[in-house]
Amino acid sequence: MKRLPVRLIAAAAIIALPAAASAHRQWMVPNATVFSGTNSWVTVDAAASNDLFFADHQPMRLDGVKVWAPDGSEGAIANGSTGRYRSTFDVKLDKPGTWKIGTFTSAVMGSFKVNGEERRVGGRPGAGTPPLSVADIPADATDVKLTEMIGRNELYITADAPSTTVFTPTGKGIEFQPVTHPDELVAGEPASFRFLVDGKPANGLKVTVVPGGKRYRNDDGAREFTTGADGVARIDWPTPGMYWINASLTDDKPSAPRATQRRMNYVTTVEVLLP
Amino acid sequence: MRTTPFLLIGGMIAAPASAAGTINVTIPQLKVAEYHRPYVAVWLEPTGGGAARTLAVWYDVKKGGNEPGTKWLSDLRAWWRKGGKSAKMPADGISGATRAPGTHAIPLPADLKPGNYVLAVEAARETGGREYVTLPISVPARPAKAAGKTELGAVTLSAR
Repeated sequence: MKRLPVRLIAAAAIIALPAAASAHRQWMVPNATVFSGTNSWVTVDAAASNDLFFADHQPMRLDGVKVWAPDGSEGAIANGSTGRYRSTFDVKLDKPGTWKIGTFTSAVMGSFKVNGEERRVGGRPGAGTPPLSVADIPADATDVKLTEMIGRNELYITADAPSTTVFTPTGKGIEFQPVTHPDELVAGEPASFRFLVDGKPANGLKVTVVPGGKRYRNDDGAREFTTGADGVARIDWPTPGMYWINASLTDDKPSAPRATQRRMNYVTTVEVLLP
Repeated sequence: MRTTPFLLIGGMIAAPASAAGTINVTIPQLKVAEYHRPYVAVWLEPTGGGAARTLAVWYDVKKGGNEPGTKWLSDLRAWWRKGGKSAKMPADGISGATRAPGTHAIPLPADLKPGNYVLAVEAARETGGREYVTLPISVPARPAKAAGKTELGAVTLSAR
């Protein structure tokens, strides 16, 4: 009987992770994705909630948000603020081309037992005891179950003509490659996006596409697409608007030491305009 | 009289241009409380595919500072996607100030190759709407006609 509460705590810890595939959707929404000139700022809302893009649950933490400028240099967020339900921040788009804004997380989560007692590895700091790392696992630990978690949540924003430098793959986790540039999407014209896992085309990856504005319709509106052998998913856009795109994959090819499983997650929001 | 030779030269350059023709774009008079002249782009797309060629962009050329007039060029969404995004503004012989309601003539470029094109006109107005009108045309120019419903009036091509 003593084990049940511990398991519940463990389950809660996993849901709290940004990379968790279930439960609330992590999202960022820019005010626009296409900008004219290098005088513009993009402003972004970031949160986690069930309905898109309805901020009613938790704000996204901004400490992990990075900015990649079109020329490969690192940019910065400005005017960051975290409210009860959502965070907001701005990025000055002072260089022409496509910018990448978002988070990349790589962590190891799991549990082990010492003297029959279960201990957690990873998770959020706070809540009493500091989180244990893999290095903290004692030699006499049993039932070591570790999962490597690799998550991305990215936006692509373009000032003037689009560019592709920020899409250079790193070979880690799920990555996005434009076939159709994500800042040139138009309702009625299907787009092709390539997804990579470990830098190689991901065959058979399920890609979920959900339009925003859930509050003003009855159904969730999620549609699923599957990548081909070339890693490409072909997605059509019935109406203009912001769309949330998610792909996740669990496999047994972790790179982290002692981990037996790997969970990868990818999120972006794209803007579809009228023709 | 001294200008005659120049006129003749001008005539000689214009004369062999098989592409002679004139586009007329009408900006309608609108009864609205707050009116701003629309941003307008006019361009040609070869029917068989290929790069779009911008003929005219009317925008707030003079506005500078933190929010320069170029900021809203991307509101001409179709034009922006088909070429505006990589166009340098202002552009000689192409860009100009926004125009008042009325009919405005744009000559077809003299070096335009014969063939079929889609003539595209897009207008976007501050505190107003956006409209995108296309008209299939052929060069050498034959008369053709289309019309917008809200932000644009008649869009015509005449043979000269």
